[in-house]
Amino acid sequence: MDDKQIIAKRIAMELNDGDLVNLGIGIPTLVADYIEPGKTIVFHSENGVVGMGPYIDENTYIVNAGGNKASVLKGGAFIDSLMSFSMIRGGHISVTVLGALEVDIEGNVASWIVPGKRVPGMGGAMDLVEGAKKVIIAMTHTNKGQPKILTRCRLPLTAANQVDMIVTEMAVMSVEKDGLHLKEVHPNYSIEEVLKATEAPLIIDQVIPMKGIEL
Amino acid sequence: MKGRIDKTEFIQLLQDKMTIMVGGFLANGSPERLIDLVVESGIKDLTIICNDGGFPDRGVGKLIETRQVKRLIASHIGTNPTVGVLMQSNELEVELSPQGTLAERIHAGGAGLGGILTKTGLNTIVEEKKRVIIVEDIPYLLETPLKADLALIGGAVADKYGNLAYLQTMRNFNPIIALAADCVVAEAVQEVDEIDPEHVITPHPLVDYILAEEQ
Repeated sequence: MDDKQIIAKRIAMELNDGDLVNLGIGIPTLVADYIEPGKTIVFHSENGVVGMGPYIDENTYIVNAGGNKASVLKGGAFIDSLMSFSMIRGGHISVTVLGALEVDIEGNVASWIVPGKRVPGMGGAMDLVEGAKKVIIAMTHTNKGQPKILTRCRLPLTAANQVDMIVTEMAVMSVEKDGLHLKEVHPNYSIEEVLKATEAPLIIDQVIPMKGIEL
Repeated sequence: MKGRIDKTEFIQLLQDKMTIMVGGFLANGSPERLIDLVVESGIKDLTIICNDGGFPDRGVGKLIETRQVKRLIASHIGTNPTVGVLMQSNELEVELSPQGTLAERIHAGGAGLGGILTKTGLNTIVEEKKRVIIVEDIPYLLETPLKADLALIGGAVADKYGNLAYLQTMRNFNPIIALAADCVVAEAVQEVDEIDPEHVITPHPLVDYILAEEQ
């Protein structure tokens, strides 16, 4: 498995049977490939699908939130953007998984703008991070060697104090009132290596090997 | 509904400096024929309200390529590099609004509401220059309503009365903008005799014109 697949597989283990889940673009999309047998997860796509299915090679008008061809599963529904975002903002989404540029010890996340360089816009990310019951960040631990897990985000925020969990190819961390807790470390790395790649201080109490890794 | 119109009659409805809402999500459900006619008309200094900037050759992106747009209100512009270029050179003013907020602002404009209160955008740069209102000890951002002179609807199934339903994910912002503009023009993907009243999404009194199919 490559880094992205490691992250996606670990996050899939966090989803519970019956959850309504919104996956962001990029690594988060891969989470759908690792749902454990026996779990029924319903995927919500903010452009207007409840019960989103995978890409199919058929002529339809169905796209996912990345604008790519997708499908709807049995029992699914097409909804307008108002219903879609009422579900998001009203707390009806169990889990949202999204990528990020930076995350910090207070659960702040920056994911939508690099001033002066890249301004793609926030799309639905601000609503999702604010409204979903659980927010999981799926991202590589560093960006070209530069830490992305910081004491305080430097880029403009997507939302403040909303992140619950961070999963990278190196480790799993949870955001708690007293800061970031290191929970799991990938067997390929030592705790020291994780700390070195992380700008933020990590609270270490009980660290176990990252779940779902086959050695 | 006032009736069906052809391309010449539609172009006569257009004027410089109009505010136009356009349906679609990354051009899925965008009224491509109506957009082409706005390009053909050559009207300029437009304010466009749309979920995103589309692509240079699809959706509202076509109006941005022709420099007909002065101001764009959208949630995401990352798929259209021209938007970024024109923003940098100050030829295009862009207001980014979180997607759920954008949908609710349009809804507020169409439903006669004075605005909406939302937690989305709090403690981010979206909060700048906006009022924070505390209701039952919870702070919310006040976001103002959006209205338009013209709404252009795509992705629709239209019946002889002008009732509309939408195909699959092409629904997105289309039914919302149908409430928020002085004049509403729809482009049908499919024409039917009658839509079952149980399945009408946009009732015909909200629709002014339907663009006749090309001869």
